[in-house]
Amino acid sequence: MSDVVDILVEREYAYGFHADLETELAPKGLDEDVVRLISAKKQEPAWLLEWRLAAFRHFLTLEEPTWPNVHHPPIDYQDMHYWAAPKPKGPAPKSLDEVDPQIRAEFDKLGISLAEQERLSGVAVDAVMDSISVATTFKAKLAEAGVIFCSFSEAVREHPELVRRYLGSVVPFRDNFFAALNSAVFSDGSFCFIPAGVQCPMELSTYFRINAAETGQFERTLIVAEEGASVSYLEGCTAPKRDENQLHAAVVELVALDDASIKYSTVQNWYPGDADGKGGIFNFVTKRGRAGNRATISWTQVETGSAITWKYPSVILQGDDSVGEFYSVAVTTHHQQADTGTKMIHIGRNTTSTILSKGISAGHAQNTYRGLVKVLRSATGARNHTRCDSLLIGPDCGAHTFPYIEVKNDTAQVEHEASTSKVSDDQLFYCRQRGLTEEDATSMIVNGFCREVFDELPMEYAVEAQALMRLTLEGAVG
Amino acid sequence: MLHIERLTASVGDKTILDGLDLDIAAGEIHAVMGPNGAGKSTLSNVLAGRDGYTTTGTVTFEGGDLLALTPEERAAKGLFLAFQHPVEIPGVGNMYFLHTALNAIRLVRGQPEIGAVDFLALAKEHMARLDMDPAFLSRSVNEGFSGGEKKRNEILQLSLLEPRLAILDETDSGLDIDALRVVGEGVERLRHPERSMLIITHHPRLLEFVRPDRVHVLQAGRIVRTGDHHLARELEAVGYGAAAAR
Repeated sequence: MSDVVDILVEREYAYGFHADLETELAPKGLDEDVVRLISAKKQEPAWLLEWRLAAFRHFLTLEEPTWPNVHHPPIDYQDMHYWAAPKPKGPAPKSLDEVDPQIRAEFDKLGISLAEQERLSGVAVDAVMDSISVATTFKAKLAEAGVIFCSFSEAVREHPELVRRYLGSVVPFRDNFFAALNSAVFSDGSFCFIPAGVQCPMELSTYFRINAAETGQFERTLIVAEEGASVSYLEGCTAPKRDENQLHAAVVELVALDDASIKYSTVQNWYPGDADGKGGIFNFVTKRGRAGNRATISWTQVETGSAITWKYPSVILQGDDSVGEFYSVAVTTHHQQADTGTKMIHIGRNTTSTILSKGISAGHAQNTYRGLVKVLRSATGARNHTRCDSLLIGPDCGAHTFPYIEVKNDTAQVEHEASTSKVSDDQLFYCRQRGLTEEDATSMIVNGFCREVFDELPMEYAVEAQALMRLTLEGAVG
Repeated sequence: MLHIERLTASVGDKTILDGLDLDIAAGEIHAVMGPNGAGKSTLSNVLAGRDGYTTTGTVTFEGGDLLALTPEERAAKGLFLAFQHPVEIPGVGNMYFLHTALNAIRLVRGQPEIGAVDFLALAKEHMARLDMDPAFLSRSVNEGFSGGEKKRNEILQLSLLEPRLAILDETDSGLDIDALRVVGEGVERLRHPERSMLIITHHPRLLEFVRPDRVHVLQAGRIVRTGDHHLARELEAVGYGAAAAR
């Protein structure tokens, strides 16, 4: 058994390199001038600057939340840069061929070949490095279907009326400390708009990369599916190894109008810190969707990275017969801490939500599921099913479950199941007796534990998630 | 093939195997019988390399020191244990598990990997002989299997992995008579001049379908009596205490 712990503790982070790109940085620190600077850099309209400033002023009245089950040294919000951008070497690229070759090489190294993505994979990619989007593929093909997929900055320029209508409509800047911070200083991110009745012809995907040091990353994603539209969206993230902690505070808003469906999948692999808990990303993310009548919003997340994860992808089930789903695998090793889960807010009648959470803990890691199922008085016939399974590997880690259930309508059916198990010696011995190494056996057992969630991922991500899980569990044996 | 000399095994200060000697030649089927607590399962665990036992004595398998090897090295050298209580592995498909195990062992033996399509055909052929529904392949390993299904699944693995030495630990326990016949005939079919088997059992029932070359009585951690297949009948007739005393 101790060998298994070693396997996990010895894991290597494969994406820890960084590129020596010339970077344009805002001075360290946070004040109104920085907010104005970011807005000016992006040549934003006045209404957006005003929105940012309102968010910033509200932020100043808030305290960082202390309720999460995570522990970290205080974050000095004045000791980081709020704007970092790879320096352009000429006018903005009009096509992929014009993207800085060094940046393209960086994405190639990550296995995201922008050119190949365009040619082969049939997945449209928006690549975001530090504060800005560097390339978006397949735009023309998507435009034929009426789908808008571009960087957030471009959306502000090209489609201001859409951005203005929906920005902050699901996660207002008053929502919480990190959402307020993001609203004040967000730099870029992705924007998707699927017009009424359109099934998006391909998977959309954004790849986030932090490169610059001592920099926070604050991106915003806004996805709008109009009546009867549907889209599947994937997001991936990595960051270089650095000794200091870096802050990532993103906001994702999903709007699914009547009969629309949005499937949002995340493979989060930010740098988790080293074996002693030094360095790593602090990942404080607010993700929420609003579902209209008969609409479906489905979150699937595979969380393997970050020193700290604080994240509760949620669904407001506003419309009648709307459906919310949350499928999650969260793996923590070394000194990683995750406090993650979901909120399902049932407002409409006959609304249904499903929560399936798989937490895996090894080393000295602490893994917390925190979930809220709230059934309002109006939500006649609401149903929820929640299952939380925790898997412990080794004696020094922890799994915690905080389910909150608030029901105001007595026709609701709410079910909660929870289990905690270990990778058992019996399972390992059985696999090894059949010829598998301890490492392969562990990986197989953990992947089996996660399978119901992986089955929810789009095919190519399911394969990636399994490979990532293997890598996460890989190490010293042999 | 297998040579065991003065083997002892203990857990903490409790000695379970206490100077056990056993020789199995290639192609032979041996049965080790004994009452509860005689050390039968300990013998199979120690031979397969399970953690938690302190051992002395020597075990030589195919001319090499068996006790120095990890469980997976023993498996690759051709040692197979059919478990008394096969463990469930939720979420891992049976077909995926069997395929991975077979290729892991083939890799060590220097044989080429078997692709998924060929493997499926092979697995179905073996399953038909064991009267198993192909739907087994798409279920998770042993999850929700009845006792009899688990045991058949063990025999399926045994026949797919083609070991040099198969140890069957109480494979007959919990089987009804029909399942017992299928399993027994399956085992008998695997008899081969290059393959030895060690059948560890409490009851002689399985031996109605598999005829062992040698039968040993295990009591208090050592072999106290050895005979041919008639010994099994005698045990059934007079019990372990009386048989051991003769």
